[in-house]
Amino acid sequence: MPEVTFTVDGKKLRAPAGTLLIDACRKAGIEIPAFCYYPGLSLQAACRMCVVRQEKVPKLQTACTTTVAEGQVFITESPEIAQARKATIQLLLGNHPLDCPVCDAGGECELQDMTFKYGAGESLYAEAKHHRDEQQWSPAVFYDRPRCILCYRCVRMCGEGMDVWALGVSGRGADSLIVPNQPNQLDCEQCGMCIDVCPVGALTSGSYRYKTRPWEMTHVSTVCTHCADGCTVTLGVRQTSDGSEIVRADNRDKNGINGDFLCAKGRFGFDFVESPDRLRQPLVRSNGRLEPASWEHAIRLAASKLKEIRDTRGGAAIGVIGSNRTTNEENYLLQKFARTVLHTNNIDHERSTDYAALARALAGQSGKTASLRDIASACAILLIGGNPTDEHPLLAWLLRTNVRLNRARLYIANAKPIKLTRQAKDALKIKSGDYNDLPASLDAGRSAFAKAIRAEGSLLVIFGEEMRGEAVEKLVAWGVKRGNVRFACLGDHSNSRGAADMGLLPDLLPGYVPVAAPGAFSEYPNLPATPGKSLPQMIEAAGKGELGALLVVGADPVATRKLDPTLFNSTFLVVQDLFLTETAALADVVFPAASLYEKSGTVTNTFGDLQLLRKGADRAGVKPDFEILVRLAGGIIDDIKTLVPFGQRGVTGDLGQSRGAQAGEADRHAIWLEANGLEPKLSPFDPLAILDEIERLVPGYPLDRINLFAGNDVHTKLSSPGYVPVAELAGSGLIAPAHDTLFTSGRLGRWSEALKQLAQHQAKELVETAAD
Amino acid sequence: MPRLVSHPDEVKIVSRRFGMGATSIDRYLELGGYEPVKKCLAQGPEWIIEEIKASGLRGRGGAGFSTGMKWSFVPKQSAKPKYILVNGDESEPGTCKDHLIFLHDPHAVIEGTIIAGLAVGAKMGFIYLRGEYRYLLEIMERAVADAYERGFLGSKIFGSEAEFQIVTQTGAGAYEVGEESALMESLEGKRGIPRIKPPFPAVVGLYGGPTVINNAETIATVPHIIAMGAAAYAALGTPRNGGTRLFCISGHVERPGVYELPLGYNLKKMIYEVAGGIPDGHKLKAVVPGGSSTPVLLPEEIDIGMDFDQVGKAGSMLGSGGVVVIDDHTCMVEFALRIISFYAHESCGWCIPCREGTDWLKKSLTRFHAGFGSLSDIDNIQYLAENMLGRTFCPLGDAAAMPTIAFVKKFRKEFEDHLNGKPCPYAREGVPQLTVV
Amino acid sequence: MSPKSKKEKSKSAPVFSAELAARFDALVEKYPVKRSALIPMLLYAQDEAGYLSDAVVAEVARRIGITELEVRDVASYYSMLRFKPAGRYNIQVCTNISCMLRGAYEVSERFQEELGIGPQGVTPDGLFSLEEVECIGACCWAPAVQVNYDFHDEIRPDHVLGILSGYRGKIRPAEKDPAKEPAKGTPPHA
Repeated sequence: MPEVTFTVDGKKLRAPAGTLLIDACRKAGIEIPAFCYYPGLSLQAACRMCVVRQEKVPKLQTACTTTVAEGQVFITESPEIAQARKATIQLLLGNHPLDCPVCDAGGECELQDMTFKYGAGESLYAEAKHHRDEQQWSPAVFYDRPRCILCYRCVRMCGEGMDVWALGVSGRGADSLIVPNQPNQLDCEQCGMCIDVCPVGALTSGSYRYKTRPWEMTHVSTVCTHCADGCTVTLGVRQTSDGSEIVRADNRDKNGINGDFLCAKGRFGFDFVESPDRLRQPLVRSNGRLEPASWEHAIRLAASKLKEIRDTRGGAAIGVIGSNRTTNEENYLLQKFARTVLHTNNIDHERSTDYAALARALAGQSGKTASLRDIASACAILLIGGNPTDEHPLLAWLLRTNVRLNRARLYIANAKPIKLTRQAKDALKIKSGDYNDLPASLDAGRSAFAKAIRAEGSLLVIFGEEMRGEAVEKLVAWGVKRGNVRFACLGDHSNSRGAADMGLLPDLLPGYVPVAAPGAFSEYPNLPATPGKSLPQMIEAAGKGELGALLVVGADPVATRKLDPTLFNSTFLVVQDLFLTETAALADVVFPAASLYEKSGTVTNTFGDLQLLRKGADRAGVKPDFEILVRLAGGIIDDIKTLVPFGQRGVTGDLGQSRGAQAGEADRHAIWLEANGLEPKLSPFDPLAILDEIERLVPGYPLDRINLFAGNDVHTKLSSPGYVPVAELAGSGLIAPAHDTLFTSGRLGRWSEALKQLAQHQAKELVETAAD
Repeated sequence: MPRLVSHPDEVKIVSRRFGMGATSIDRYLELGGYEPVKKCLAQGPEWIIEEIKASGLRGRGGAGFSTGMKWSFVPKQSAKPKYILVNGDESEPGTCKDHLIFLHDPHAVIEGTIIAGLAVGAKMGFIYLRGEYRYLLEIMERAVADAYERGFLGSKIFGSEAEFQIVTQTGAGAYEVGEESALMESLEGKRGIPRIKPPFPAVVGLYGGPTVINNAETIATVPHIIAMGAAAYAALGTPRNGGTRLFCISGHVERPGVYELPLGYNLKKMIYEVAGGIPDGHKLKAVVPGGSSTPVLLPEEIDIGMDFDQVGKAGSMLGSGGVVVIDDHTCMVEFALRIISFYAHESCGWCIPCREGTDWLKKSLTRFHAGFGSLSDIDNIQYLAENMLGRTFCPLGDAAAMPTIAFVKKFRKEFEDHLNGKPCPYAREGVPQLTVV
Repeated sequence: MSPKSKKEKSKSAPVFSAELAARFDALVEKYPVKRSALIPMLLYAQDEAGYLSDAVVAEVARRIGITELEVRDVASYYSMLRFKPAGRYNIQVCTNISCMLRGAYEVSERFQEELGIGPQGVTPDGLFSLEEVECIGACCWAPAVQVNYDFHDEIRPDHVLGILSGYRGKIRPAEKDPAKEPAKGTPPHA
């Protein structure tokens, strides 16, 4: 559309012809109030708050439906307009209860703000207000009709945004109300987006209602710990006697990769942090039982035992299993700890997809990976396997939104029917064994699907864990040959990509550099040059009594792989975790770890987008895995600087913004020292101390610090220059996807009461709907 | 069966066949029916539109927009099918003219619809009656079936190459559906919420196709204009107000009924001569000239010609032609309350000013009429109505606000007489007081 | 769904009669879009079942291919559609301005007295229900009353008894106890 010039409040503005006046004004910093208008959703013109005066038009016009054209003249603030808005608010307040002091939305309410701005302070009415009892629609959603101003944002968000269509409008006139799809019950995805978009306190959150006032919380934006999409989640944190607690999670910070979106897990599944089952102090096995112990004792015991086994039986007798929810810095440190302190390549993690295969296939290529933001704007997308609606809700949202708003063409090839098929231009049902042959059939196939794919110019290919090893290589080869293709690979959990990128792999160093590659990571002391054991191999070794010690960080192989509890009888088992998992219950030493919401650092989503965590909550007794590892290393080696380069030149302080509540005196001190030409000395426990090393040594991680520390996502590169492919690791069970539902989160979800309640609610709705 | 009335001053055009058995297709043909559509088939679309423009026909639903102009807005070429939609959702209180057309002359509606279709190039028409008109729907259904049987509807109408289909249906009780875009929503099986305009129906209407929406009386007039010629029809009324209208005179008159009179006919004469004046020796207090949404006129304001322009000049609107006559034994506060209760009941609830405004006006007027009002309430009622005016999503808000403002302005004394806990001073003995729950 | 609708379904009797099903099939054919048949179908289904029961809503939703929520959203908008049974003969007294001026409230009062129910009430035998309704398009023949779909014009209070006995006389002796029969509207072609 050509740009046009028009005048708003005396200012000349330019925008493409046909832009909505309200959008054009907001872009130019002219705020036009609106209740019903919500960017990206269909237009309503119902609230009449956005009325403006257009020259030569007799009536006030709604800015949300007026499109700009050349030469138009508008006035957005005048006594006439203010009066119109005031009168509308007066009308709303006629029925709206003034229970603001106890309303969840008090302080965050658009109606309050408008009332304040337009001064509808006096009531003209003596009549009683309409009353209806509040309804609980699900564990997550409550509806208070009297507070509802019928802006229909929730209805549209649920239908247009989520493609769930669980909310409707019933009745007529002043008796109109929002209704759920079952009798007073909501049978839906429980995403809570309806609560999020509600401009008032009509829809409230089951997990937050009546807990606190918005201004009593500190709002910390960090990255969600659940799935691998990496949504920005804003934690509402309140001080407590022993730290701070999370009372709410939402997406009030709309600048994240997720924009307006947050799913049920991100919104309601934070409560595991506050679970009474959290470990609060180290445990040490004594007389067959795990007993509380001091940090000093537990560290000393674990370190000396690990050192003893390394020195007597060699590093090959020690195994390390990492986590897919710990930070990149922790993962990097863990593999470095394994390789340089324990002298072993026996390191792995619970893999949920085959990132290594993608890295191998893309060797020598560049610019072939897609970031999550690319999904939002790609013209054509091929989705192979996967089930984004359940397992990658943000991806599903972006795909839906891109199709709806930009008419993107979505092609789906899947063995199972998935919900996103509704948005697909075409869908190909394939047999579950046929994923390997898909590229060939796309090249040669005569189906409309294959022809449409071939006709597309650029193509973004997203594939699920169904594509592994050779299938990934074939797909990438097909794409590279075809040209104009970018790839994304779907894994689970908040940092499984980071775990793979950071080298929690027996055969690959960080950045997928083979352990045997000549000259790789030459500065690592004692780096063993042969690949170590994979996770299944370590378990096998333990069964044979060949594994002297096993360090498990944030993983629960005993549960996920249903292992015999006697398996580790001859293995010294050290576990770092939030809870006494089935694995931790067998351990000799257990360290209580901090969750992702209680630490700083970075994580990488499944698309390779790197994001900064901000520490939200704080809890007495627990420590971040980074600190636990450094302490363990301190008990094994003499010079900790060989592991963590703290206090060396090049370490960057960041004034503490990145660490939220733990913003440290040490950082500010470091900055001051640096400014004065003195050597800054950071704490060895500061995970950012290792960022420089990651940037320097890990291919694909050149950090764009300005963006990273500003809270933006930074796309990493998946490539390995000069990489010599090694044979794929043999053995089954290497990849074990979680196949999470909307209300499960690997082994973590079971500690969230909120998610369990939602799962129960939906299970009940499902049974009842099926019975109909 | 509604009583038919007549008066010598009447000029029967639309009502020409009322009471003559024209529901029978044979009788309709005997009376000259379906000749105009044949003429239109021969003359072609441009001629039809020019003829209708020249007749001065203006929409009989209430807004009074030129019918010929409306038809000419429909694009000649359209990727999507075009439609004719006949608005028979007659719901404006005081209005019952379409009722008689469907009852007595269903084929005129069919014929007018076909002509409109020929004019704009539509192949399908919908005749939408209000839900209460089930027995009229059955009459229409029978007439449509007869027309299909004779080949007047279907794939080759009247042996020509033209195609035209008609579907009839009713609503299910909603005044708002009389608004043209809400009507389309209803016909598409949705809640009767108006659409955002633009786009206007002539460009994007029913099922996304260009759509002409005309009132049933407008459509039923079309064949007569073709038959008698545009000039002859235009000559019947006043300048810019061609032809006749079905005026529905109700309320406190001796002979209520639907009278067809030339546009511009004197309102005072209409009440006192045509309808026989006020019964029981009572005196005239007020007249609602064009259905419940038009501002009330005082006795001294009614010596005017009933056309769009003259009534407009008098501060009201010709509207739907529903003339409601009110005698001096009526409480105007109660009357205002009854009207606003209607709008509160019928507000679709979509936009805030109308949904909340009608509800509050109703609540305030109920309390006020019950004698619990204060002086400031009178100003507040007016303030509220003035702040609804022109601010709502569709004209329903205006339809509620305009009469309210007029009642308060013109009968302020009656409002003041309700103050201080006094019972309604205008209550008639034995007449139950209106209480709205 | 509520347990009630399950029970209704488990009886396995078809929700629509054969005539109604045929009517639906004919109706959807007429429109360019299936959903256009929704409002007429709700009326016809209500005429047959007496009201829009959960089973009727589910059946209409299934036949049109939309959700029950959508059906309820639409049905709740239109004042002639109801989710609760009315009397077999639903008396609707227009009380809007033209009728009010000519004594509609007196007529309504008289119905209330004779039936012993208030506006929106249903007689205990289920035979009659009473509503004060908005304009029904009979302003020049006021006051007007509609019983189901039948119009009665120019009604004075002393007509009330005659109207009631007329409808009472329509009940055949075999079904003298209408309470035992499901409430039904007058068949559209009666």
